[in-house]
Amino acid sequence: MEDIEAIALLQDPVRRRLYEYVAARDHEIGRNEAAEAAGVGRTLAAFHLDKLVAAGLLETASRRLTGRSGPGAGRPAKLYRRSGAERGVSLPARDYRTAAGLLAEAAETAGLDDELRAAARRRGRALRAEPPPAGMEEVAALLAERGYEPRPDEDGTLRMRNCPFHALSERFPPLVCGMNLALLEGLLEDVPDVGVRMDPRPGHCCTVAVPSKNNQD
Amino acid sequence: MSGSHLAQFNVATLRFPLDDPRLAEFVARLDPVNAAADGAPGFVWRLTEEGRPDATGLRPLGDDVIINFSVWEDREALWDFAYRSGHLELLRRRREWFQRHAEAHSVLWWIPAGHVPTVEEAAERLALLRAEGPSPRAFTFNSAYTAEEAAEAERSREPGAGAAGEPEKIAQPG
Repeated sequence: MEDIEAIALLQDPVRRRLYEYVAARDHEIGRNEAAEAAGVGRTLAAFHLDKLVAAGLLETASRRLTGRSGPGAGRPAKLYRRSGAERGVSLPARDYRTAAGLLAEAAETAGLDDELRAAARRRGRALRAEPPPAGMEEVAALLAERGYEPRPDEDGTLRMRNCPFHALSERFPPLVCGMNLALLEGLLEDVPDVGVRMDPRPGHCCTVAVPSKNNQD
Repeated sequence: MSGSHLAQFNVATLRFPLDDPRLAEFVARLDPVNAAADGAPGFVWRLTEEGRPDATGLRPLGDDVIINFSVWEDREALWDFAYRSGHLELLRRRREWFQRHAEAHSVLWWIPAGHVPTVEEAAERLALLRAEGPSPRAFTFNSAYTAEEAAEAERSREPGAGAAGEPEKIAQPG
């Protein structure tokens, strides 16, 4: 399916709600839960969820929700999660991804980490919110706007479920993660009591926002 | 393939001697990062100098070239440690401490599980990567090969194999 067709599927409000609900979760979602969240019946939810799977927007996994196994445990429930595939449409056609990859490759080869970070910090400053966000919740809203999908930890650390530079960061991790950190440092520079630092974990963005730059360590 | 492990070897040319204050922050991070590697999922082995916690004293490829040499269960385990742990911070600051390499400075290759690779073997693989680019016998994260592809490449290198190996594979679907 072409990107434009897959994205067009989300024009249906029920499908959109189902997609957004599943995509925002850290774990796989069963049909019943998704149906309830979208406010529709289980059969209708299943129909739309499978359409989203066929379009490559979601993917399925099978697991017994009860934790039981063996005879009598029943058929494994069908579970859904966001697919790792990226979809995008540009009209007219543009290919910034190829350009970004080439520029990153050249920067990596030439060892331009410092220059890239300086540019990222300047850009971050230019993108600052006015007035600056007050407190972690507003920081989270600002980061959400930029696509990071922030989630607060139990200890108040803001972890990002999404890396807006994912494909590039997989090819050039130190270069691109350093760029990302500098961008966020610039973006949040004027926010009192919030700092950013690297704390990479599998499946997450490399950077976290933490309460109070002064009380660290 | 469960019978294979992934070896990684990389070299770094120091900008200053290891006891120089400008390298102090790098040196201070060695023990915690090595401890994190030892405890990471899928970690198998890393090279250390006899009686020392790491391999920074070994300089087989030049007086100012430190080496890092380890074995992992698979690509994902090594990836998650290298780029999704505190190790990434060391890499992010690499330009402060190490010279930029014009040639490849990091190589991956598959080994039989249980085999403890030697530095000579590692230097050969790095030289192969530098001379011929990525291949199933010496590759990088961005041009990775599977253990199956590496095994296939090894088989076709054996004299008399190659052509004979192919039909057999086709005859066993699945």
